[in-house]
Amino acid sequence: MYKIAKENLSALFQLIAETRELYLPVKTAGQTNFAAWSEDAEVDLDTLKTVKSAKDAFFPQSEGLYTVKKEGKKMSIEPERLKEQDFVVFGMKACDVKGLEVLDKVFLSDPVDTFYAARRDHGTVVAMACHEPEETCFCKVFGVDAANPASDVAVWTVGDELYWKALTEKGEALTESVKELFTEDGAGEAAVEAEKENIHKIVEKLPYMNLSLEGWNGDALSEKFDSPVWEELYKPCLACGTCTFVCPTCQCYDIKDYTAGNSVSRYRCWDSCMYSDFTMMAHGNNRTSQMQRFRQRFMHKLVYYPANNDGMYSCVGCGRCVEKCPQALNIVKVVKAFQNQGGEK
Amino acid sequence: MPLENKEFKPKIVAFCCNWCSYAGADLAGSSRLTYPADVKIIRVPCSCRVNPMFILRAFEKGADGVIMCGCHPGDCHYSTGNYYARRRMTLLFSMLDYIGVENGRTRVEWVSAAEGVKFSETMNSFVEKIYSLGENVRLGDLRCKS
Amino acid sequence: MQELINRAKELLADGTVARVLGWKAGDLPYNPEPAYFETEEDLKDFVYNGFCGANLSKYMIEASKLEGKTMVCLKPCDTYSFNQLIKEHRVDREKAYIVGVGCKGKLDIERIKKQGIKGIESIEGAEITDEADTLKIQTIYGEKSISYADGMLERCHVCKGKDHMIFDEQIGESKETKDAERFDEVAKIEAMSPEEKFAYFRSELSKCIRCNACRNACPACSCRKCVFDSNKFDSSQKANVDSFEEKMFHIIRAFHVAGRCTDCGECSRVCPQGIPLHLFNRKFIKDIDELYGEYQAGADTDSKAPLTNYTFEDAEPSIVGKRG
Repeated sequence: MYKIAKENLSALFQLIAETRELYLPVKTAGQTNFAAWSEDAEVDLDTLKTVKSAKDAFFPQSEGLYTVKKEGKKMSIEPERLKEQDFVVFGMKACDVKGLEVLDKVFLSDPVDTFYAARRDHGTVVAMACHEPEETCFCKVFGVDAANPASDVAVWTVGDELYWKALTEKGEALTESVKELFTEDGAGEAAVEAEKENIHKIVEKLPYMNLSLEGWNGDALSEKFDSPVWEELYKPCLACGTCTFVCPTCQCYDIKDYTAGNSVSRYRCWDSCMYSDFTMMAHGNNRTSQMQRFRQRFMHKLVYYPANNDGMYSCVGCGRCVEKCPQALNIVKVVKAFQNQGGEK
Repeated sequence: MPLENKEFKPKIVAFCCNWCSYAGADLAGSSRLTYPADVKIIRVPCSCRVNPMFILRAFEKGADGVIMCGCHPGDCHYSTGNYYARRRMTLLFSMLDYIGVENGRTRVEWVSAAEGVKFSETMNSFVEKIYSLGENVRLGDLRCKS
Repeated sequence: MQELINRAKELLADGTVARVLGWKAGDLPYNPEPAYFETEEDLKDFVYNGFCGANLSKYMIEASKLEGKTMVCLKPCDTYSFNQLIKEHRVDREKAYIVGVGCKGKLDIERIKKQGIKGIESIEGAEITDEADTLKIQTIYGEKSISYADGMLERCHVCKGKDHMIFDEQIGESKETKDAERFDEVAKIEAMSPEEKFAYFRSELSKCIRCNACRNACPACSCRKCVFDSNKFDSSQKANVDSFEEKMFHIIRAFHVAGRCTDCGECSRVCPQGIPLHLFNRKFIKDIDELYGEYQAGADTDSKAPLTNYTFEDAEPSIVGKRG
């Protein structure tokens, strides 16, 4: 196990950035989000959750697909280049890493999404243990260990030191390239173990961590779909896209054209099942009420996705929707509402 | 004279009301008065038809300056259209100024059908102003630049 | 709060109202959600405390379509929005039984957490009946306390006043929370150079994720179909592709509510990225006040809105450059 003093982290970032692009939590105008590192960026590793997840690094909110250009009578099509440059995402949390696993199942299964695949190939994830998990976290419910992020490199901060452990080949390669800044620490293992135990203790105290997902699985389709509970649950929903856009696993996108005089660029951008024009087709929309749209989001996360992916949920318990929903609705309340309804019967 | 600047060819959009300003532009033409070809006129039924979004959209698509011309207050073909337009544009321009867009990029001028000279003079001075301000970088969409 | 619940029970029991629109207790100390209550039994979850910031007047658009009257709990600032909705014929006054609820300033959990408070277990002092000026917050990382005012929403610092503009009855006391001038922030920006202004808004707006929460929460944004939801609209509704999109969206949105915006502050409250969206609306309000005379949207239900009105002597648009 390697270690580096926290105060030397900027040197580490500088060194990584010499050979690779580096994305990490940066504070801009008061909010922390993943952004490209630069010397004057205000790196913020203390905020537990970035507003948006790190999903952007692999599946950006909007990305070009190709551009059609017209010059005189000639037309040309220029496909967008795939990612060719290696990059590092530093400071992801265990839940966001699990989120990538969810996205992988969607984008890397046949037919493979080449844009996403290229980014996954070139990206190395350095994930950080959550030292101070919060009351909105419920990652344990989905089998995520906040103290043990399963990525290319895992890092822990203990006191003034940051401990660094490569877990995959990619992680080894990154470690090799920045090793000069590290010192080998035999006692590190013990320090990290103690810290992990600490984290586990905190996790036990958090109110959402023991949420039961009993009854939520791929087989529960019609039972859940037809439940009258949705009629009550959706009412405060404003139909904004906050929950979907901050979510590390929401993967729906829309493809649109932008006309710019003598060129047209086709791009894709995140879409939200909360929007009235989501999956709009020539015949109209297949979900016409907000109740149906609201239901879609949770059914997808807890029923449809597990049905297609060996029982894996497409929620990782990061709790961003819990924090950010303007009207305080969220997936936890949905699950609990179904439990209560079961009790009343 | 800023027109020597060969690099920068401004695009200027002029929204002209059908009844006064467009006729004013016509008169300028038939009187052989000149105004720069950088000005592209868009005819609207009334200055009041100009939605604030039109102005922003023009900037988005690459305009460097947007000017709106209508009948003189009191002379609107529809009696009061330009009074409403006046309030709207005042507020919109103030907002653009507030977010840091140079306030010379937008202008409202009242030009009657008999004011060919005023039309030509207005356009000349507006184009000159845009030359001095240079390219619009704060309100454009990058995709329209290429 | 108990008084509110009792009154709600009475009104439900005697058939005056068919349902109550209020807030339901959440599963954390700070996340009550807007909810309908139809029976006495339902009301056991009713809550009204410092975290009930949501403006319920917009929900009355839907509630106006339901059978029977709805008892709606409106804070003083919410009543402006309700009035404005009446003026625009979006809600039915006859379908609402308005209970003007007292308010001592609403809390902003984001602002509280920004002060380094995490792992919240309980919060003491947020109840509407609490006299104390401090919030005692129990967290798994120890006890913290902050003053109530430090946890308040921005809008409460520039509160419009304790009076309900419209109500059928009032329950509870309100407290003066105003400790700043409403237009100070706007004036500060106006005094900046164009470069500084641009840099400021660029950095704020670049955070926008186009989630549309501001629009959807806004009681003035009550169009059945928003222009930004049209698929014929060339500028995309949901992508933040280029810096231009956000400017376009926020300027036009603010413009569409100019003269109708009551400055209720919901847009800034709901923004997940903490963009001070009220600065756009307040700029319009300030300009309207200065150029066309003071006007408070929602203070009444019959005055003419500034943008559907004019005088012969109105300022010319060139005033913008002249004012400096």
